[in-house]
This record gives sequence, C-alpha cells and structure tokens, in this order.
Amino acid sequence: MATAYAAAVQELIDCLGRLPGVGPKSAQRIAYHLLKVDATEANRLARAITEVKDKVGFCTACFNIAEGELCMVCADTRRDAHVLCVVEEPRDVVAIERTREFKGRYHVLQGAIDHLQGVGPDQLRVRELVRRVGTDEVTEVILCTNPNLEGEATALYLSRLLGDVPGLTVSRIASGLPVGGDLEYADELTLGRALEGRRVVESENKEH
Amino acid sequence: MSLYRDVAIVLRTHKFGEADRVVVLLTRQRGKVRAVAKGVRRTGSKFGSRLEPGSHVQVQLHEGRGELDLVTQAETIEPHHRTRQDLQRLARAAALLEAVEQFAQDREPTPRVFDMLAGGLRTIEERDPAMITAAFYLKLLAREGVAPQLDGCIDCGGTGTPLSWAVEAGGVRCGGCGGGRAVSDAALSVARAVLNGGLNAVLDLPEDATTHEVEALAVSALEAHVERRMRALRVASAG
Ligand SMILES: [Zn+2]
Ligand SMILES: [Zn+2]
Repeated sequence: MATAYAAAVQELIDCLGRLPGVGPKSAQRIAYHLLKVDATEANRLARAITEVKDKVGFCTACFNIAEGELCMVCADTRRDAHVLCVVEEPRDVVAIERTREFKGRYHVLQGAIDHLQGVGPDQLRVRELVRRVGTDEVTEVILCTNPNLEGEATALYLSRLLGDVPGLTVSRIASGLPVGGDLEYADELTLGRALEGRRVVESENKEH
Repeated sequence: MSLYRDVAIVLRTHKFGEADRVVVLLTRQRGKVRAVAKGVRRTGSKFGSRLEPGSHVQVQLHEGRGELDLVTQAETIEPHHRTRQDLQRLARAAALLEAVEQFAQDREPTPRVFDMLAGGLRTIEERDPAMITAAFYLKLLAREGVAPQLDGCIDCGGTGTPLSWAVEAGGVRCGGCGGGRAVSDAALSVARAVLNGGLNAVLDLPEDATTHEVEALAVSALEAHVERRMRALRVASAG
C-alpha cells in the first residue's frame, strides 16, 4: 500500500501522519491538498515552519514558547516574580493570559505525570521548577495543571514535593462547575469538588 | 448503526482531533472496544471525569463502521475517589490497566478478566495492599494458562535447593540444573500461595523485601509473556 505513491508524496504523508491529531486518512487528504494548491501557498507554509524552528524555542526560565532567550512574560519586568503558575503546556499559558487575572510568572512542565505512558517527574521540567522555587524570590506556587487524571496526579506530586519548602505557599486551582451549564449534567466528581470548594455568600442586606 | 449498552472499565485514552478522545474500553460482554468520546476534553463536557483511565462505568455506544465506536452515554458505577488522590494507588491501578490491555483482544469477550479487573481496582480503592499488582499479574497469567511453574524444577521436576527463578523458561530451576535469578524461599511461598488459593492472606501482607521480590518476579513473568516492558510501575512518582 505504501508503495502506491511516489516517494516524495509518501514522505509528506508520513510526516503529516506523525502530527498530533492527524490520522493516516487526514494525512493523505492534506498531502493531496498541498499538491493541488499553487506553489506560493505551499511555500508559505514551508517557510513558516522553517522560521518557527529557526527563531522560536523555549524560554530558558519557564519553558514557555519564546523568541529568543526569554518568553514575553519572563521578559516583562512588571510581572510579579513572587508568584509562579505551574502549567502543563504553553497553550495553557495562553489560556490563563486571556483571563487577564494573573499577574505573576509561569512554569511550563511540558507534560504531566502519566503512568500508562510511562511519563514520570523525571521527564518533566520538575527539577527546573524546584530550582526556581529554591530562590527566595518565589513565595507562592499555583498548581494549574489540567483537572484530569494526569494533571491531578502531577499536582499531587508537586504539592508533596513543594509542601515543605519554608516560606512557600502552594495552592491548587479550584475545580468546580463550568459556568453556563446545568447542574444535572455535572459528573459526580465535579459536583463533589464544587461542593467541597463552596464559599460563603455575603448577603448585602446582612446587618454588621 | 446499532446501539448497545454494557458495563466497561476504561483501560487507556488518547487525544483525538480537537477536543475528543479515543477511549480503549474493556467491556464486560464484548471485550476490548475502542470508541470516540466526542468533546470529552472540553471543561463543560457531559462526560466530565467519567471516561478517564480506571473509570468503571455503564456505557451506551453506537457501533461504528470502522474500528471505532462512539460513546453516547456514560454513568459511573464505582467511583474511585481515594485512588485519584493517592499516587501509590494511581500507579498500582495503572499497572493493572496496562496489563489487561495487553491481554484483552479486540471484541473478544472476557467477562472473567473484566471481573478480576473490577475487583482489583476496588481492592486498591479500599485498602491498597502491597501485593495487589503481583497477585493480579500471577492470577492473570494463570487465567491464560501460563502461570509460572514454582513448585518444582522446570527442567527435571526436582526440588533441590537453592531454587532459582528462570524467567525465560517460565519457572524455577533446582540447584542441580542451575541457571536463573536468585529468589528467596519466602518469596516463592508467597507467589505459590497466590496461585493456590491463598490470595486473601497474601493481600494482608505488609510491604517488605519479600513483597518487592514477588512483585519483581510477577512483573518479569508477565513481561516475558507479553514481550513488552510494563511502564506504570517504573514511573518513580510514588517513592
Ligand atoms: Zn518564560
Ligand atoms: Zn532441575
């Protein structure tokens, strides 16, 4: 089957097929699309890939995506260096930045603990995190890994690892009900967490 | 397209497309089934945490044309709250899932293995015995008819000491025949107890050098059978 295509096309299909979320059928479809579009369009894509690989790497401080030594957040001196938000991937930084709620800096683990895939702390940027936390500048760490099995395992591990560092506050982002949904559709775990994390509501009419 | 319901345990998942996952399920009636859970990675997904590795659920699926079915509903049967909050339990639960995934065949019903797995995960949730993984692996091998031979020498049947563990031969060798890894009498008698009806007593054993030895023996026997390294227990997160 693999020999049905010219070698160059097969190579393209193979490369595309290794991309995340692209199966063999999609890889074929994209390859044919690229064969059909005019050369300027295809070259633009090729150039974009080359340029990204040339110019963009990982921030030497937090392992976010960076053009140059430091990422935009680490390079920004107005950001609070006392607070670190620990996330799994650079795209999580983008998501949190969109909230405009967070003024501190990040630490990107580049993955999560995953027993079934054999991914442990040694394969993540954990050692680098410990080193950063060891400087007296950092006083608070917010564990912002995904609220799924792997993200929680990672948060569990890090909270134990960092829990005894003197003068350091470690917190985990709250997990609760998604805004805009109906209670009856929430799964048991989410609903349970939401109940655990309930807060007192202050009545405006309450006498003080 | 036909719709079916079954009880299932999620063995593994992987990302698929934008916000979906492929979940590999061990269903009780149909064996191993791969299915797409649409939108499961969105925070507001109706599936929530119900389709993560180890989840024991009642599912409704649409039979697909290809090898992937489609999950249309999932309800929790047994929650594993403590397991989720404990790295040691998580590692052991993953070790069970990983082994079963190697043994189970696509769409070949193995209700006994399903029940074993459900029981194993429940035991981890309730009391997390040190010997759970080793016992589970030995039982799984026995169920496949490939339990290691631990009573007498695999070559001559003799019991002359010291017995050693010859993983490639699938059993122990006597002192006379020789060849294999040193193994203590204590570890051998625990492993024999697992295979000969002494499971409950074994699960009460506290973690010590002997249980570690039995675990190493069971893992090596399983790995030799499936010809693959088990990953879950090698992740150094619980230590
Ligand atoms: Zn940075
Ligand atoms: Zn012999």
